[in-house]
Amino acid sequence: MGATVTSHEHALDGGPGPLGATYGKMMMWFFIVSDALTFSGFLAAYGFSRFKFIETWPIADEVFTHFPFLHGTEAPMYYVALMTFILIFSSVTMVLAVDAGHHLKKGKVAFYMLLTIVGGFIFLGSQAWEWKNFIKGEFGAIETKGGSILQFVNKEGERVALADFAANLPEEREELVRSKGTWFMSEGSLPSVSVNEVVEGFKNHPDILVRTEQIVNKKKVVLSREESLKRLASAHYVVEGANLIRNEYGQKMFANFFFFITGFHGFHVFTGVLINIIIFFNVLLGTYEKRKSYEMVEKVGLYWHFVDLVWVFVFTFFYLV
Amino acid sequence: MAHAHESNTKRIWFVFGLLSIITTVEVAFGIVRPDFLFKSHFLRMNLLNWLFIILTIVKAYYIVWAFMHLEGEKKSFRTIIVAPLVFLILYLCFILLVEGDYVYEVFKNGTIKWNF
Repeated sequence: MGATVTSHEHALDGGPGPLGATYGKMMMWFFIVSDALTFSGFLAAYGFSRFKFIETWPIADEVFTHFPFLHGTEAPMYYVALMTFILIFSSVTMVLAVDAGHHLKKGKVAFYMLLTIVGGFIFLGSQAWEWKNFIKGEFGAIETKGGSILQFVNKEGERVALADFAANLPEEREELVRSKGTWFMSEGSLPSVSVNEVVEGFKNHPDILVRTEQIVNKKKVVLSREESLKRLASAHYVVEGANLIRNEYGQKMFANFFFFITGFHGFHVFTGVLINIIIFFNVLLGTYEKRKSYEMVEKVGLYWHFVDLVWVFVFTFFYLV
Repeated sequence: MAHAHESNTKRIWFVFGLLSIITTVEVAFGIVRPDFLFKSHFLRMNLLNWLFIILTIVKAYYIVWAFMHLEGEKKSFRTIIVAPLVFLILYLCFILLVEGDYVYEVFKNGTIKWNF
């Protein structure tokens, strides 16, 4: 193994290369630059779609309102803020590991790496929980024939769930499953209420109004009772939660971007955790102790900080702006 | 590498504190959304969004400079990494956002109603 000696090494063998950096570190940086551009492309595409539908885009504060153990309370942002703190803190433990590596303190490096890995797992769990809430939805909505989403509010402007007012009609439709249909015919699970039940229920509850996707003066427009009934005449589909085709929050693109961007970031976190685990075991085995250089820890550290950096931007453009 | 053997823990904790404070401020503004920022505009974007974006760039600067330790690298290396990113990202934002706004205008003023 040529890598056990640190000084007088060739640049291609872990020694110092051009620009005062080793080739390994430089390549990690170049990878990060290209990956940063990939994420910029995604976020700019999100910006494109949002600018295109600027008057009807969902308001993030109203979509992400869940917090563990606080059922029914509106807690916009708190949960993502918590996730941001988790990731920033795991970034700190990572940089502390790198710092300990400079002093060749094996125990400390291992300890901080372990904390970083734990932080990564907590973040991944949080993201899974966030996805679960997003996919499940809370209130449900109606899609019109033209593809708009109609949500329901009471007189105070608070959201009302479909199940709270839908009528119970004596109608039933069986879900088409593969075993009962013609070849390769099936459908997704049916919504808990039918379009007719929602429309009938709406007629029976005079205090419920339709809220459209339109934003005027930073707020979604709530229709009058007559207009609501008129809009409901073109009701076409009951939407509950979110999937890649439609979502109850509004613009169809919104859920696609959410799944794709946070999913791609989550995938980065996942690979980051895996690489961290590999390096963690290498630290324990004393690989870098023998090498007298903890530069590998520094390199995975760069990747891990990059993941944190991306989250900072996703946090801003998905949840704040 | 002259920096290799001095300890940076003090600076690390300082940056952590700073990032935490900035995030807290962002979240507080995001929850309150004060009208004087939210409803006044500069270059067609409200001041609150400007504030968020500027604070995000400040955070990004500290992550890259302190945590990724770009401040310890040679100036030429820093330039090679940062300059293409700044240029390309600005270009990407410019081209896509202007185009998005144009499509919005077309939908709005066109004779065909697309969403009803």
